[in-house]
Amino acid sequence: MDTTTAGRVLRSEWTKITSVRSTVWTLAAAVVVTVALGMLISLLIRNTFDELSTADRITFDPTLTSFAGTSLGQLAMIAFGILVVSGEYSTGLIRASLSAVPRRGLLMAAKLTVATALALAVGTATSFLAFFGGQAMLGDHRTTLGEPGVLRAVFGGGLYMGLIALFAMGATWMLRSPMLSFGVLMPFFFLVSSILANVPATEKLGRYLPDQAGQRVMSVVEADDRPYGPWGGLGIMALWVIAALLGGYLLLKKRDA
Amino acid sequence: MIELAGLTKRYGERTAVDGLTFSVRPGRVTGFLGPNGAGKSTTMRMILGLDHPTGGSVRIDGMPYERLPEPLTAIGALLEARAVHPGRTAHDHLLCLAQSNGIPLRRIDEVLELVGLTAVARKRPKSFSLGMGQRLGIASAMLGDPRILMFDEPVNGLDPEGIHWVRQLMKQLAADGRTVFVSSHLMSEMALTADHLVVIGRGRLLADTSMARFIEENAHTFVRVCTPEPERMRDVLAAAGLPVREGEDCLEVPGSQAPRIGELAAEHGLVLHELTLRRASLEEAFMRLTRGAVEYQAHAAEHGPQAQGG
Repeated sequence: MDTTTAGRVLRSEWTKITSVRSTVWTLAAAVVVTVALGMLISLLIRNTFDELSTADRITFDPTLTSFAGTSLGQLAMIAFGILVVSGEYSTGLIRASLSAVPRRGLLMAAKLTVATALALAVGTATSFLAFFGGQAMLGDHRTTLGEPGVLRAVFGGGLYMGLIALFAMGATWMLRSPMLSFGVLMPFFFLVSSILANVPATEKLGRYLPDQAGQRVMSVVEADDRPYGPWGGLGIMALWVIAALLGGYLLLKKRDA
Repeated sequence: MIELAGLTKRYGERTAVDGLTFSVRPGRVTGFLGPNGAGKSTTMRMILGLDHPTGGSVRIDGMPYERLPEPLTAIGALLEARAVHPGRTAHDHLLCLAQSNGIPLRRIDEVLELVGLTAVARKRPKSFSLGMGQRLGIASAMLGDPRILMFDEPVNGLDPEGIHWVRQLMKQLAADGRTVFVSSHLMSEMALTADHLVVIGRGRLLADTSMARFIEENAHTFVRVCTPEPERMRDVLAAAGLPVREGEDCLEVPGSQAPRIGELAAEHGLVLHELTLRRASLEEAFMRLTRGAVEYQAHAAEHGPQAQGG
Protein backbone atom coordinates (compact mmCIF):
# COMPACT_ATOMS: atom_id res chain seq x y z
CA MET A 1 0.00 0.00 0.00
CA ASP A 2 2.70 2.44 1.02
CA THR A 3 4.90 1.62 -1.95
CA THR A 4 1.84 2.07 -4.16
CA THR A 5 1.28 5.52 -2.71
CA ALA A 6 4.94 6.46 -3.12
CA GLY A 7 4.94 5.17 -6.69
CA ARG A 8 1.84 7.19 -7.54
CA VAL A 9 3.25 10.38 -6.08
CA LEU A 10 6.55 9.87 -7.92
CA ARG A 11 4.69 9.41 -11.19
CA SER A 12 2.58 12.48 -10.53
CA GLU A 13 5.71 14.54 -9.82
CA TRP A 14 7.34 13.22 -12.98
CA THR A 15 4.32 14.41 -14.96
CA LYS A 16 4.48 17.77 -13.18
CA ILE A 17 8.12 18.32 -14.06
CA THR A 18 7.89 17.18 -17.65
CA SER A 19 4.66 18.98 -18.48
CA VAL A 20 5.98 22.52 -18.19
CA ARG A 21 8.33 24.13 -20.64
CA SER A 22 10.39 26.08 -18.11
CA THR A 23 12.03 22.97 -16.64
CA VAL A 24 12.97 21.65 -20.07
CA TRP A 25 14.38 25.02 -21.09
CA THR A 26 16.44 25.56 -17.97
CA LEU A 27 17.97 22.09 -18.23
CA ALA A 28 18.74 22.64 -21.91
CA ALA A 29 20.32 25.99 -21.03
CA ALA A 30 22.48 24.31 -18.40
CA VAL A 31 23.87 21.91 -21.02
CA VAL A 32 24.41 24.48 -23.75
CA VAL A 33 25.94 27.19 -21.58
CA THR A 34 28.27 24.87 -19.67
CA VAL A 35 29.52 23.04 -22.74
CA ALA A 36 29.76 26.02 -25.10
CA LEU A 37 31.44 28.33 -22.60
CA GLY A 38 33.84 25.55 -21.55
CA MET A 39 34.81 24.95 -25.16
CA LEU A 40 35.25 28.65 -25.83
CA ILE A 41 37.48 29.20 -22.82
CA SER A 42 39.46 26.04 -23.64
CA LEU A 43 40.04 27.39 -27.13
CA LEU A 44 41.15 30.76 -25.77
CA ILE A 45 43.57 29.11 -23.36
CA ARG A 46 45.04 26.96 -26.10
CA ASN A 47 45.67 30.02 -28.27
CA THR A 48 47.26 31.97 -25.44
CA PHE A 49 48.96 29.10 -23.63
CA ASP A 50 52.46 30.33 -24.45
CA GLU A 51 51.71 33.66 -22.81
CA LEU A 52 50.91 32.03 -19.48
CA SER A 53 53.41 32.32 -16.62
CA THR A 54 55.56 29.31 -15.84
CA ALA A 55 53.69 28.74 -12.61
CA ASP A 56 50.36 28.77 -14.43
CA ARG A 57 51.69 26.37 -17.02
CA ILE A 58 52.94 23.94 -14.38
CA THR A 59 49.61 23.92 -12.55
CA PHE A 60 47.56 23.94 -15.74
CA ASP A 61 44.52 21.72 -15.28
CA PRO A 62 43.00 20.75 -18.63
CA THR A 63 40.08 18.97 -16.93
CA LEU A 64 39.09 21.94 -14.83
CA THR A 65 39.54 24.24 -17.82
CA SER A 66 36.95 22.33 -19.79
CA PHE A 67 34.53 22.90 -16.88
CA ALA A 68 35.03 26.67 -17.01
CA GLY A 69 31.44 27.05 -18.21
CA THR A 70 30.10 25.63 -14.94
CA SER A 71 30.13 28.99 -13.17
CA LEU A 72 27.51 30.25 -15.61
CA GLY A 73 25.85 26.94 -16.50
CA GLN A 74 25.14 26.22 -12.84
CA LEU A 75 22.89 29.27 -12.76
CA ALA A 76 20.55 27.47 -15.17
CA MET A 77 20.62 24.44 -12.85
CA ILE A 78 19.79 26.72 -9.92
CA ALA A 79 16.96 28.23 -11.96
CA PHE A 80 15.70 24.70 -12.60
CA GLY A 81 15.70 23.96 -8.87
CA ILE A 82 13.95 27.23 -8.07
CA LEU A 83 11.27 26.76 -10.73
CA VAL A 84 10.50 23.18 -9.76
CA VAL A 85 9.65 24.21 -6.21
CA SER A 86 8.41 27.80 -6.61
CA GLY A 87 6.01 26.65 -9.34
CA GLU A 88 3.97 25.25 -6.45
CA TYR A 89 3.97 28.52 -4.57
CA SER A 90 3.65 31.23 -7.20
CA THR A 91 0.01 30.35 -7.86
CA GLY A 92 -1.30 28.51 -4.83
CA LEU A 93 -0.88 25.18 -6.61
CA ILE A 94 0.70 23.85 -3.41
CA ARG A 95 -2.80 23.73 -1.91
CA ALA A 96 -4.01 21.46 -4.68
CA SER A 97 -0.85 19.37 -4.36
CA LEU A 98 -1.15 18.99 -0.59
CA SER A 99 -4.86 18.23 -0.88
CA ALA A 100 -3.89 15.36 -3.16
CA VAL A 101 -0.88 14.30 -1.07
CA PRO A 102 -1.45 15.47 2.51
CA ARG A 103 1.72 13.80 3.77
CA ARG A 104 4.03 16.72 3.24
CA GLY A 105 7.26 14.79 3.67
CA LEU A 106 6.14 12.36 0.97
CA LEU A 107 5.26 15.14 -1.44
CA MET A 108 8.60 16.85 -0.87
CA ALA A 109 10.60 13.62 -1.13
CA ALA A 110 8.88 12.65 -4.38
CA LYS A 111 9.47 16.05 -5.95
CA LEU A 112 13.12 16.10 -4.85
CA THR A 113 13.70 12.57 -6.08
CA VAL A 114 12.32 13.21 -9.53
CA ALA A 115 13.95 16.62 -9.96
CA THR A 116 17.32 15.48 -8.61
CA ALA A 117 17.37 12.38 -10.79
CA LEU A 118 16.73 14.60 -13.78
CA ALA A 119 19.35 17.15 -12.72
CA LEU A 120 21.91 14.38 -12.09
CA ALA A 121 21.27 12.77 -15.47
CA VAL A 122 21.47 16.07 -17.33
CA GLY A 123 24.40 17.19 -15.16
CA THR A 124 26.41 14.05 -15.87
CA ALA A 125 25.72 14.28 -19.59
CA THR A 126 26.74 17.94 -19.46
CA SER A 127 29.90 17.04 -17.63
CA PHE A 128 30.99 14.49 -20.21
CA LEU A 129 30.09 16.76 -23.10
CA ALA A 130 31.95 19.66 -21.53
CA PHE A 131 34.98 17.46 -20.91
CA PHE A 132 35.20 16.02 -24.41
CA GLY A 133 34.32 19.33 -26.03
CA GLY A 134 36.89 21.18 -23.95
CA GLN A 135 39.63 18.64 -24.58
CA ALA A 136 38.96 18.79 -28.30
CA MET A 137 39.56 22.54 -28.15
CA LEU A 138 42.70 22.26 -26.02
CA GLY A 139 44.63 20.40 -28.71
CA ASP A 140 48.12 19.49 -27.48
CA HIS A 141 47.31 20.47 -23.92
CA ARG A 142 44.45 18.03 -23.57
CA THR A 143 44.12 15.18 -21.15
CA THR A 144 42.16 11.92 -21.30
CA LEU A 145 39.69 10.06 -19.10
CA GLY A 146 42.40 7.51 -18.39
CA GLU A 147 44.65 9.97 -16.56
CA PRO A 148 44.52 9.76 -12.74
CA GLY A 149 41.69 11.74 -11.19
CA VAL A 150 40.10 12.73 -14.49
CA LEU A 151 37.18 10.30 -14.48
CA ARG A 152 36.47 11.28 -10.88
CA ALA A 153 36.44 14.94 -11.88
CA VAL A 154 34.06 14.35 -14.78
CA PHE A 155 31.61 12.30 -12.73
CA GLY A 156 32.09 14.81 -9.92
CA GLY A 157 31.02 17.56 -12.31
CA GLY A 158 27.71 15.75 -12.81
CA LEU A 159 27.25 15.27 -9.09
CA TYR A 160 28.01 18.95 -8.56
CA MET A 161 25.23 19.94 -10.95
CA GLY A 162 22.78 17.63 -9.19
CA LEU A 163 23.75 18.97 -5.77
CA ILE A 164 23.53 22.62 -6.77
CA ALA A 165 20.00 22.02 -8.10
CA LEU A 166 19.10 20.19 -4.90
CA PHE A 167 20.48 23.06 -2.81
CA ALA A 168 18.35 25.51 -4.79
CA MET A 169 15.28 23.34 -4.18
CA GLY A 170 15.86 23.22 -0.43
CA ALA A 171 16.44 26.97 -0.26
CA THR A 172 13.35 27.68 -2.38
CA TRP A 173 11.26 25.51 -0.11
CA MET A 174 12.19 27.91 2.65
CA LEU A 175 11.78 31.09 0.59
CA ARG A 176 8.74 29.88 -1.44
CA SER A 177 8.38 32.93 -3.68
CA PRO A 178 10.07 32.66 -7.08
CA MET A 179 11.07 36.33 -7.05
CA LEU A 180 12.65 36.02 -3.63
CA SER A 181 14.43 32.77 -4.51
CA PHE A 182 15.88 34.15 -7.72
CA GLY A 183 16.76 37.38 -5.95
CA VAL A 184 18.69 35.58 -3.23
CA LEU A 185 20.25 32.59 -4.99
CA MET A 186 21.27 34.07 -8.33
CA PRO A 187 23.36 36.99 -7.04
CA PHE A 188 24.81 34.74 -4.38
CA PHE A 189 26.13 32.10 -6.73
CA PHE A 190 26.95 34.50 -9.55
CA LEU A 191 28.83 37.10 -7.53
CA VAL A 192 28.82 36.99 -3.77
CA SER A 193 30.27 33.52 -3.32
CA SER A 194 33.21 34.04 -5.69
CA ILE A 195 33.94 37.46 -4.19
CA LEU A 196 33.98 35.99 -0.69
CA ALA A 197 36.24 33.16 -1.82
CA ASN A 198 38.73 35.48 -3.53
CA VAL A 199 38.94 38.49 -1.24
CA PRO A 200 41.84 37.83 1.18
CA ALA A 201 39.84 38.86 4.25
CA THR A 202 37.10 36.28 3.68
CA GLU A 203 39.02 33.78 1.61
CA LYS A 204 39.34 31.15 4.33
CA LEU A 205 35.62 31.16 5.08
CA GLY A 206 34.60 31.61 1.47
CA ARG A 207 36.15 28.30 0.56
CA TYR A 208 33.55 26.56 2.68
CA LEU A 209 30.63 27.96 0.70
CA PRO A 210 28.69 25.24 -1.12
CA ASP A 211 29.75 26.05 -4.67
CA GLN A 212 33.35 26.90 -3.80
CA ALA A 213 33.82 23.66 -1.89
CA GLY A 214 31.86 21.54 -4.35
CA GLN A 215 33.77 22.72 -7.43
CA ARG A 216 36.94 21.28 -5.98
CA VAL A 217 35.77 17.88 -7.21
CA MET A 218 36.22 19.03 -10.80
CA SER A 219 39.90 19.85 -10.51
CA VAL A 220 42.64 17.29 -11.03
CA VAL A 221 45.67 19.47 -10.33
CA GLU A 222 45.81 20.96 -6.85
CA ALA A 223 46.41 24.64 -7.48
CA ASP A 224 46.02 26.07 -3.99
CA ASP A 225 46.34 24.98 -0.39
CA ARG A 226 42.73 24.08 0.29
CA PRO A 227 42.22 22.19 3.53
CA TYR A 228 40.01 19.58 1.83
CA GLY A 229 40.34 17.22 -1.12
CA PRO A 230 37.93 16.72 -4.02
CA TRP A 231 35.55 14.45 -2.13
CA GLY A 232 35.95 16.47 1.04
CA GLY A 233 34.86 19.53 -0.92
CA LEU A 234 31.85 17.72 -2.34
CA GLY A 235 31.10 16.49 1.18
CA ILE A 236 31.07 20.07 2.48
CA MET A 237 28.68 20.97 -0.30
CA ALA A 238 26.52 17.97 0.58
CA LEU A 239 26.30 19.25 4.17
CA TRP A 240 25.01 22.58 2.87
CA VAL A 241 22.47 20.72 0.78
CA ILE A 242 21.31 18.65 3.75
CA ALA A 243 20.97 21.82 5.84
CA ALA A 244 18.91 23.54 3.12
CA LEU A 245 16.67 20.49 2.70
CA LEU A 246 16.20 20.08 6.43
CA GLY A 247 15.24 23.75 6.74
CA GLY A 248 12.84 23.38 3.83
CA TYR A 249 11.29 20.25 5.30
CA LEU A 250 10.82 21.69 8.77
CA LEU A 251 9.21 24.85 7.41
CA LEU A 252 6.99 22.85 5.07
CA LYS A 253 5.81 20.75 8.01
CA LYS A 254 5.29 23.66 10.32
CA ARG A 255 3.86 26.39 8.10
CA ASP A 256 0.34 26.76 6.85
CA ALA A 257 0.24 26.00 3.16
CA MET B 1 -19.73 14.09 6.32
CA ILE B 2 -17.46 16.82 7.63
CA GLU B 3 -17.31 17.25 11.40
CA LEU B 4 -15.71 20.20 13.11
CA ALA B 5 -15.12 20.10 16.85
CA GLY B 6 -13.98 23.25 18.62
CA LEU B 7 -11.94 24.25 15.59
CA THR B 8 -9.83 27.28 16.42
CA LYS B 9 -7.18 29.23 14.57
CA ARG B 10 -5.20 32.07 16.04
CA TYR B 11 -2.66 34.26 14.30
CA GLY B 12 -0.80 35.81 17.20
CA GLU B 13 -3.34 37.96 19.01
CA ARG B 14 -6.01 37.69 16.37
CA THR B 15 -8.48 34.82 16.53
CA ALA B 16 -9.57 34.02 12.98
CA VAL B 17 -11.64 30.94 13.80
CA ASP B 18 -13.05 30.63 17.26
CA GLY B 19 -14.21 27.26 18.53
CA LEU B 20 -16.31 26.21 15.56
CA THR B 21 -18.37 23.08 16.12
CA PHE B 22 -20.77 21.90 13.44
CA SER B 23 -21.32 19.06 10.99
CA VAL B 24 -21.87 19.16 7.27
CA ARG B 25 -24.20 16.34 6.31
CA PRO B 26 -24.74 14.49 3.05
CA GLY B 27 -27.71 14.90 0.76
CA ARG B 28 -28.03 18.65 0.96
CA VAL B 29 -26.23 21.82 0.04
CA THR B 30 -24.83 23.44 3.15
CA GLY B 31 -24.13 27.11 2.70
CA PHE B 32 -21.22 28.53 4.65
CA LEU B 33 -21.99 32.17 5.06
CA GLY B 34 -20.15 35.05 6.63
CA PRO B 35 -18.90 38.50 5.75
CA ASN B 36 -15.49 38.82 4.15
CA GLY B 37 -12.84 38.07 6.73
CA ALA B 38 -15.18 36.00 8.91
CA GLY B 39 -12.86 32.99 8.71
CA LYS B 40 -14.57 30.92 6.01
CA SER B 41 -11.51 30.29 3.88
CA THR B 42 -9.33 29.62 6.91
CA THR B 43 -11.88 27.06 8.11
CA MET B 44 -11.93 25.39 4.71
CA ARG B 45 -8.14 25.25 4.57
CA MET B 46 -8.11 23.62 8.00
CA ILE B 47 -10.67 21.06 6.83
CA LEU B 48 -8.17 20.08 4.12
CA GLY B 49 -5.26 19.96 6.54
CA LEU B 50 -3.55 22.85 4.76
CA ASP B 51 -3.59 25.17 7.76
CA HIS B 52 -2.81 23.76 11.17
CA PRO B 53 -5.55 24.44 13.75
CA THR B 54 -4.51 26.09 17.01
CA GLY B 55 -7.12 23.94 18.69
CA GLY B 56 -9.91 21.50 17.96
CA SER B 57 -10.16 19.01 15.14
CA VAL B 58 -11.76 18.20 11.81
CA ARG B 59 -12.88 14.78 10.64
CA ILE B 60 -13.71 13.75 7.11
CA ASP B 61 -15.94 10.68 7.20
CA GLY B 62 -14.57 10.05 10.66
CA MET B 63 -10.89 10.49 9.79
CA PRO B 64 -8.41 13.32 9.93
CA TYR B 65 -7.59 14.53 6.40
CA GLU B 66 -3.96 13.38 6.55
CA ARG B 67 -5.09 9.84 7.17
CA LEU B 68 -7.29 9.57 4.09
CA PRO B 69 -5.57 7.03 1.82
CA GLU B 70 -6.74 8.65 -1.43
CA PRO B 71 -8.05 12.03 -0.30
CA LEU B 72 -9.23 13.23 -3.71
CA THR B 73 -11.63 10.30 -3.93
CA ALA B 74 -13.12 11.19 -0.53
CA ILE B 75 -13.34 14.97 -0.73
CA GLY B 76 -12.86 17.36 -3.62
CA ALA B 77 -12.30 21.03 -3.04
CA LEU B 78 -12.22 24.25 -4.97
CA LEU B 79 -10.29 26.74 -2.90
CA GLU B 80 -9.11 29.29 -5.41
CA ALA B 81 -9.45 29.50 -9.14
CA ARG B 82 -5.78 30.04 -9.83
CA ALA B 83 -4.36 27.03 -8.03
CA VAL B 84 -2.79 25.80 -11.27
CA HIS B 85 0.60 26.24 -12.86
CA PRO B 86 0.09 28.79 -15.66
CA GLY B 87 2.33 26.78 -17.95
CA ARG B 88 0.79 23.33 -17.45
CA THR B 89 -2.14 22.44 -19.68
CA ALA B 90 -5.56 21.80 -18.16
CA HIS B 91 -5.28 18.14 -19.14
CA ASP B 92 -1.81 17.72 -17.61
CA HIS B 93 -2.86 19.53 -14.44
CA LEU B 94 -5.64 16.99 -13.96
CA LEU B 95 -3.29 14.17 -14.97
CA CYS B 96 -0.88 15.02 -12.13
CA LEU B 97 -3.74 15.00 -9.63
CA ALA B 98 -5.23 11.77 -11.00
CA GLN B 99 -1.89 9.95 -10.92
CA SER B 100 -1.19 10.96 -7.34
CA ASN B 101 -4.45 9.40 -6.12
CA GLY B 102 -4.71 6.43 -8.45
CA ILE B 103 -7.76 7.88 -10.17
CA PRO B 104 -8.65 6.25 -13.53
CA LEU B 105 -7.37 8.52 -16.30
CA ARG B 106 -10.67 8.44 -18.20
CA ARG B 107 -11.99 10.72 -15.44
CA ILE B 108 -9.84 13.54 -16.86
CA ASP B 109 -11.84 13.73 -20.08
CA GLU B 110 -15.09 13.19 -18.18
CA VAL B 111 -14.61 16.13 -15.83
CA LEU B 112 -13.28 18.36 -18.62
CA GLU B 113 -16.46 17.55 -20.52
CA LEU B 114 -18.56 18.18 -17.42
CA VAL B 115 -17.18 21.69 -16.88
CA GLY B 116 -17.09 22.49 -20.58
CA LEU B 117 -13.33 22.81 -21.00
CA THR B 118 -12.80 19.97 -23.49
CA ALA B 119 -11.91 22.39 -26.26
CA VAL B 120 -9.11 24.00 -24.24
CA ALA B 121 -7.84 20.81 -22.57
CA ARG B 122 -4.45 21.17 -24.27
CA LYS B 123 -4.18 24.90 -23.64
CA ARG B 124 -2.07 26.45 -20.91
CA PRO B 125 -4.14 28.15 -18.19
CA LYS B 126 -2.21 31.43 -18.40
CA SER B 127 -4.56 32.32 -21.26
CA PHE B 128 -7.67 31.32 -19.27
CA SER B 129 -10.26 33.81 -18.06
CA LEU B 130 -11.18 33.87 -14.38
CA GLY B 131 -14.30 31.87 -15.18
CA MET B 132 -12.35 29.21 -17.07
CA GLY B 133 -9.92 28.98 -14.16
CA GLN B 134 -12.90 28.50 -11.86
CA ARG B 135 -14.21 25.73 -14.10
CA LEU B 136 -10.83 24.00 -14.07
CA GLY B 137 -10.86 24.24 -10.28
CA ILE B 138 -14.30 22.60 -10.20
CA ALA B 139 -13.04 19.90 -12.58
CA SER B 140 -10.15 19.22 -10.17
CA ALA B 141 -12.61 18.92 -7.28
CA MET B 142 -14.79 16.47 -9.22
CA LEU B 143 -11.88 14.41 -10.55
CA GLY B 144 -11.91 11.70 -7.88
CA ASP B 145 -15.72 11.40 -7.95
CA PRO B 146 -15.71 12.21 -4.22
CA ARG B 147 -18.66 11.87 -1.85
CA ILE B 148 -17.87 15.26 -0.30
CA LEU B 149 -17.43 18.49 -2.22
CA MET B 150 -16.30 21.79 -0.87
CA PHE B 151 -16.39 25.02 -2.86
CA ASP B 152 -15.00 28.34 -1.69
CA GLU B 153 -16.91 31.16 -3.39
CA PRO B 154 -17.48 29.09 -6.55
CA VAL B 155 -19.41 31.69 -8.55
CA ASN B 156 -16.65 34.30 -8.32
CA GLY B 157 -15.72 35.43 -11.79
CA LEU B 158 -18.37 33.39 -13.54
CA ASP B 159 -20.75 34.86 -16.09
CA PRO B 160 -24.51 34.54 -15.46
CA GLU B 161 -24.66 31.31 -17.42
CA GLY B 162 -21.76 29.93 -15.42
CA ILE B 163 -23.38 30.97 -12.15
CA HIS B 164 -26.58 29.18 -13.14
CA TRP B 165 -24.56 26.11 -14.08
CA VAL B 166 -22.73 26.03 -10.73
CA ARG B 167 -26.00 26.32 -8.82
CA GLN B 168 -27.52 23.44 -10.77
CA LEU B 169 -24.37 21.39 -10.31
CA MET B 170 -24.38 21.84 -6.55
CA LYS B 171 -28.04 20.92 -6.29
CA GLN B 172 -27.47 17.88 -8.47
CA LEU B 173 -24.51 16.75 -6.37
CA ALA B 174 -26.58 17.03 -3.21
CA ALA B 175 -29.46 15.20 -4.85
CA ASP B 176 -26.99 12.36 -5.60
CA GLY B 177 -26.59 12.06 -1.85
CA ARG B 178 -23.23 13.81 -1.68
CA THR B 179 -22.12 16.26 0.96
CA VAL B 180 -21.89 19.73 -0.55
CA PHE B 181 -20.32 22.53 1.45
CA VAL B 182 -20.18 25.88 -0.28
CA SER B 183 -19.06 29.24 1.03
CA SER B 184 -20.28 32.67 0.05
CA HIS B 185 -20.40 36.14 1.46
CA LEU B 186 -23.69 36.77 -0.35
CA MET B 187 -26.90 35.73 1.36
CA SER B 188 -28.81 36.09 -1.89
CA GLU B 189 -26.56 33.48 -3.49
CA MET B 190 -27.12 31.06 -0.64
CA ALA B 191 -30.87 31.62 -0.69
CA LEU B 192 -30.90 30.17 -4.20
CA THR B 193 -28.82 27.08 -3.57
CA ALA B 194 -28.47 26.12 0.05
CA ASP B 195 -30.75 23.79 1.98
CA HIS B 196 -28.89 24.32 5.18
CA LEU B 197 -27.04 27.30 6.49
CA VAL B 198 -23.99 27.72 8.69
CA VAL B 199 -23.35 31.37 9.46
CA ILE B 200 -20.14 32.63 11.03
CA GLY B 201 -18.98 36.10 12.00
CA ARG B 202 -15.53 36.91 13.33
CA GLY B 203 -14.75 33.24 13.40
CA ARG B 204 -17.67 32.37 15.67
CA LEU B 205 -20.66 30.23 14.88
CA LEU B 206 -23.76 32.44 14.66
CA ALA B 207 -26.30 30.07 13.18
CA ASP B 208 -26.55 26.45 12.13
CA THR B 209 -30.05 26.07 10.78
CA SER B 210 -32.09 24.97 7.81
CA MET B 211 -32.60 27.53 5.08
CA ALA B 212 -36.39 27.23 5.43
CA ARG B 213 -36.23 28.02 9.10
CA PHE B 214 -33.87 30.89 8.56
CA ILE B 215 -36.26 32.43 6.03
CA GLU B 216 -39.24 31.84 8.28
CA GLU B 217 -37.53 33.54 11.19
CA ASN B 218 -35.96 36.38 9.34
CA ALA B 219 -37.91 37.23 6.23
CA HIS B 220 -40.55 39.38 7.97
CA THR B 221 -42.92 41.46 5.95
CA PHE B 222 -44.11 44.80 7.22
CA VAL B 223 -45.91 47.86 6.00
CA ARG B 224 -44.08 51.15 5.92
CA VAL B 225 -46.36 54.01 6.88
CA CYS B 226 -45.21 57.60 6.43
CA THR B 227 -47.40 60.44 7.61
CA PRO B 228 -46.91 64.03 8.85
CA GLU B 229 -48.91 63.04 11.98
CA PRO B 230 -47.19 59.93 13.29
CA GLU B 231 -48.54 60.34 16.82
CA ARG B 232 -52.18 60.29 15.72
CA MET B 233 -51.50 57.48 13.27
CA ARG B 234 -49.94 55.43 16.03
CA ASP B 235 -53.05 55.85 18.17
CA VAL B 236 -55.36 54.94 15.32
CA LEU B 237 -53.41 51.82 14.51
CA ALA B 238 -53.18 50.82 18.14
CA ALA B 239 -56.91 51.27 18.55
CA ALA B 240 -57.42 48.94 15.57
CA GLY B 241 -55.27 46.35 17.27
CA LEU B 242 -52.30 46.64 14.90
CA PRO B 243 -48.81 46.49 16.40
CA VAL B 244 -46.71 49.50 15.51
CA ARG B 245 -42.98 50.00 15.72
CA GLU B 246 -40.74 52.95 15.02
CA GLY B 247 -38.91 52.58 11.73
CA GLU B 248 -35.94 54.65 10.64
CA ASP B 249 -38.02 57.66 9.63
CA CYS B 250 -41.54 56.28 9.37
CA LEU B 251 -43.72 53.83 11.21
CA GLU B 252 -43.62 50.12 10.51
CA VAL B 253 -46.48 47.70 10.92
CA PRO B 254 -45.53 44.02 10.90
CA GLY B 255 -47.63 41.95 8.55
CA SER B 256 -49.05 42.78 5.16
CA GLN B 257 -52.13 44.79 6.05
CA ALA B 258 -51.49 47.72 3.73
CA PRO B 259 -55.15 48.02 2.47
CA ARG B 260 -56.52 48.00 6.02
CA ILE B 261 -54.07 50.73 7.09
CA GLY B 262 -55.01 52.84 4.08
CA GLU B 263 -58.68 52.52 4.94
CA LEU B 264 -58.04 53.45 8.57
CA ALA B 265 -56.12 56.54 7.49
CA ALA B 266 -58.95 57.63 5.19
CA GLU B 267 -61.50 57.05 7.92
CA HIS B 268 -59.60 59.32 10.31
CA GLY B 269 -58.64 61.89 7.71
CA LEU B 270 -54.92 61.20 8.08
CA VAL B 271 -52.55 62.30 5.33
CA LEU B 272 -50.36 59.49 4.00
CA HIS B 273 -47.07 60.20 2.25
CA GLU B 274 -46.18 56.60 1.81
CA LEU B 275 -47.79 53.25 2.34
CA THR B 276 -45.70 50.33 1.13
CA LEU B 277 -45.54 46.64 1.71
CA ARG B 278 -41.95 45.68 2.48
CA ARG B 279 -40.12 42.44 2.94
CA ALA B 280 -37.00 42.37 5.08
CA SER B 281 -34.47 40.78 2.75
CA LEU B 282 -32.44 37.80 3.84
CA GLU B 283 -29.43 39.99 3.18
CA GLU B 284 -30.61 42.36 5.91
CA ALA B 285 -31.34 39.48 8.24
CA PHE B 286 -27.84 38.19 7.60
CA MET B 287 -26.34 41.60 8.23
CA ARG B 288 -28.30 41.93 11.46
CA LEU B 289 -27.01 38.56 12.54
CA THR B 290 -23.37 39.30 11.79
CA ARG B 291 -23.55 42.85 13.12
CA GLY B 292 -24.64 41.25 16.38
CA ALA B 293 -21.40 39.30 16.48
CA VAL B 294 -19.40 42.46 16.04
CA GLU B 295 -21.36 44.20 18.80
CA TYR B 296 -20.93 41.25 21.07
CA GLN B 297 -17.17 41.45 20.61
CA ALA B 298 -17.06 45.19 21.24
CA HIS B 299 -19.23 44.72 24.30
CA ALA B 300 -17.02 41.93 25.63
CA ALA B 301 -13.98 44.13 25.22
CA GLU B 302 -15.43 46.71 27.59
CA HIS B 303 -15.22 44.24 30.43
CA GLY B 304 -11.49 43.82 30.34
CA PRO B 305 -9.48 41.42 28.22
CA GLN B 306 -11.59 39.26 26.01
CA ALA B 307 -11.70 35.58 26.81
CA GLN B 308 -9.85 33.77 24.05
CA GLY B 309 -10.66 30.35 22.61
CA GLY B 310 -13.68 28.23 23.23
